[in-house]
Amino acid sequence: MNSARVKTFYYLMKLGREFELAAKEQYMQGNIAGFLHLDIGQEACSVGTMQAFDKGDVFTHYREHVLAIARGMDPKLIMAELFGKATGVSKGKGGSMHLFDPKLDFYGGDAIVAGHLPIATGCAYARKIEGEMAGVFAIFGDGATNAGAFFESLNIAAAWKLPIIFFCENNYYAIGTRIGWVSPFEELYHKARHYMPSKRIDGMNVCEVYRAVMEAKEHIENGLGPYFIEAETYRYEGHSMSDNGKYRSEEEMEIFKSRDPIETLKKEALSRGIVEPEYFDETDKKVAKEIEEAVEFAANSPEPDLSELYEDVYCKECTNVVP
Amino acid sequence: MLYREALNRAIDESMAADRSVVILGEDVGRYGGSYRVSEGLFAKYGPKRVIDTPIAELSIVGNAIGMAIAGLRPIAEIMTVNFSLLAMDQIVNHAAKFRYMSGGKMTIPLTIRMPGGVSRQLAAQHSESYETMYSAVPGLIVLAASNATYAYHALKAAIFLNDPVVFLEHELLYPMDMKFKQIENFDPFKAEVVKEGEDLTILTYLKMRYDVLEAVPQIEKELGISVEVIDLNSLRPLDMKTITDSIKKTKRVVLVEEDHKTGGYGAEVIARISEALFYELDAPPLRIAGEDVPIPYNRKLELASIPTPDKIVSQILQWSRANGI
Ligand SMILES: Cc1ncc(C[n+]2csc(CCOP(=O)(O)OP(=O)(O)O)c2C)c(N)n1
Ligand SMILES: [Mg+2]
Repeated sequence: MNSARVKTFYYLMKLGREFELAAKEQYMQGNIAGFLHLDIGQEACSVGTMQAFDKGDVFTHYREHVLAIARGMDPKLIMAELFGKATGVSKGKGGSMHLFDPKLDFYGGDAIVAGHLPIATGCAYARKIEGEMAGVFAIFGDGATNAGAFFESLNIAAAWKLPIIFFCENNYYAIGTRIGWVSPFEELYHKARHYMPSKRIDGMNVCEVYRAVMEAKEHIENGLGPYFIEAETYRYEGHSMSDNGKYRSEEEMEIFKSRDPIETLKKEALSRGIVEPEYFDETDKKVAKEIEEAVEFAANSPEPDLSELYEDVYCKECTNVVP
Repeated sequence: MLYREALNRAIDESMAADRSVVILGEDVGRYGGSYRVSEGLFAKYGPKRVIDTPIAELSIVGNAIGMAIAGLRPIAEIMTVNFSLLAMDQIVNHAAKFRYMSGGKMTIPLTIRMPGGVSRQLAAQHSESYETMYSAVPGLIVLAASNATYAYHALKAAIFLNDPVVFLEHELLYPMDMKFKQIENFDPFKAEVVKEGEDLTILTYLKMRYDVLEAVPQIEKELGISVEVIDLNSLRPLDMKTITDSIKKTKRVVLVEEDHKTGGYGAEVIARISEALFYELDAPPLRIAGEDVPIPYNRKLELASIPTPDKIVSQILQWSRANGI
C-alpha cells in the first residue's frame, strides 16, 4: 500500500468515526431523533470498499453515514440531514437511514432489510446491457443474508452474469439475534459459493477490504459475473440508539476492539514507516475541525418550510395532474 | 398497567393455558421483542415455543400458517407493519383464503401481531398504517388495540379464534401506563363508547383515540355541545350497531384516523354510514386524517402529516361553522 492511499484510509476512517461520535452526542442532546445506526467499529468496510469501488453504483442499507462520507458525500450535508434540516442531503425528509445522492451514484439508505438487493441487481442488469461494466456495489448485513430477496438476487445476478459485487458486513448480530441462531453457519460466504466467487475477509483491516474489492471489481469489469465478499466486522455500539447491545459479551467486544480498524492501520503504518508520525496528529486535528463545522452547519441551518410537505411526492409534471 | 405488559400477559397466560400456543418473530426470544412485548417468555417457555426467526417475514407468516395447519396456535410478530408487506402474499393469498378455497375444510388459527403508525421521526419506511389494506381482505379478522384492557382481552380472544387475525398495535402506546380492567365474557368485536355525548359522534381507533380525547374538551367548550367518542376496536368486522345507535342520537359524525386520507380505513366507515344513515345526518360526515404524503423525517413536517389534537379541534370548528352547528 502506498503512503498516499494509507493516509486517505486513515483520514476517512477517522472522519467517519468522529462523525459517528458527534452524531451520538447530538442525538443525546436531542438534536437528532428517530433511528440512528452507528458504524463505529465498521469503518474499514465503509472506507475500504468505497476507495476501491470508485466508479459504478452504490446501494446500501440504513447504517450508511460513513459509507456515504467515503463515497464523497459532504459530512455537513449528512449531519444536516440527521438534524432534519432543509440543507440536508435529503432535505430533512429522509433522516439518518435515507441518504441519497444520484450525483455520487449513491442510492440510499434503504431501511427495509435486503430490500435494496433486487434493486441493485436490476441496476446491474441495466448497466450490463448498456455496456457499463463498472457495475454495481451492494452492501448489507449478516441479517440480510437470511431474506428471500438476498437469495433471489444471488440467483439472478449469477444466472445473468451481472456486474455486481455483493458485500456482506458480518458483524454477527441483527439487532439482538446472533447470526448462528438463525443461520446454519456463521461464515456467510458459503451462502454464495455455488453462484459466484465468494470469499471471507478480515473486515477490520482496511487494506484487506480494499484489496478484496479491487479483485472483485476486476472480476465484474471483465464480464465474469457477480462476486461475493463477506467481511468479518463488529459494531461497538448497540444496533441503534434505542438498543444498548448488552446481549453481547464484554470478551467478544474486547476481542474486536483489539482489532480496531483505525488503530490497526495506524500501528502498521508507523511500524513500517509508511507514514510520518506527524500525519496522524495533524489529521486528527483537521478531522475534529471538519466535524465541528458539520455540526455547526447543521445546527445553524433552517428547518424545511411547511410547504415542503407536498413537494417531492411526484415529479413536477405529475404534481399538476395528481391531487 | 403498561400497554406492552397487557400484551405480554395475554400471550403468557395463553401459552400457560394451552401448549399449542407458540410465538415466532424477529428478536422475540432471547432479546425479548423489540418493543419488549415478549419479555420473559423465552426463559419461561423455551426455544421450542418462543422462536427467534431470521429476518424473513414471508417465512414468519408462511411458517406460522404451516404450524397452524399442523395444529398449533401460532402468534407471529412482525416488527413493524411496513415489513408485513413482505409477508403480504402469505397473509392475503394463503392465510385468508384457505378456509374458503377448501370449502370450509381448512382452519388457520393464526394471530399476526404488528405495530404501526407514526412514532417519532422514524421516516417513511417505518411509519405506516395498513389497517385499510388488511381490512379489505375477506377471510381476515382485523383488530386494532388502543388500550391495555382491549389489548389483553382481544389478543387472548384472537389467539383462540379459529381464523387468521391481523392484530394491530401502535408503536407509541407500548410504554404508556394505562388503566386496566379484567372483564368477563369480553367481546373483541364490539366498539367501545369511550365517552358519552349528545351532539356529535367522533369515531376513531388506535393512537388517535388519545388525540381525540385531548381535543374533545375544547371542542365541547367552543361549540357548547357534548361529544360522544367511540373507539372502533374491531375493524373487520366493523361494529355498525354501536355506530348506528350513536349517530341516531347525535346526528353528526366525524372520523379521525392517522392513515393517509385517500383510501384510508375511514373512507369505508363513512361510506357505510352514508349508505345506511344518510337521512339521520344533520351535517355531511367529516374525515380528519393523515396527509397524502410519505411520512417525512423532520419533526415539524412529521406532525404536519398527521392529525394532532390542535388540528382535530380546528378542523371540527371549521366544519361546524360551514355546516351551521
Ligand atoms: C424487512 C425488514 N424486517 C425487519 C426490519 C427491522 N430491522 C432493521 S435492521 C435489522 C437487523 C439487520 O441486521 P443486519 O442485516 O445484520 O445489519 P446490521 O444492522 O447488523 O448492520 C432488523 C431486523 C427491517 N428494517 N426490514
Ligand atoms: Mg449485522
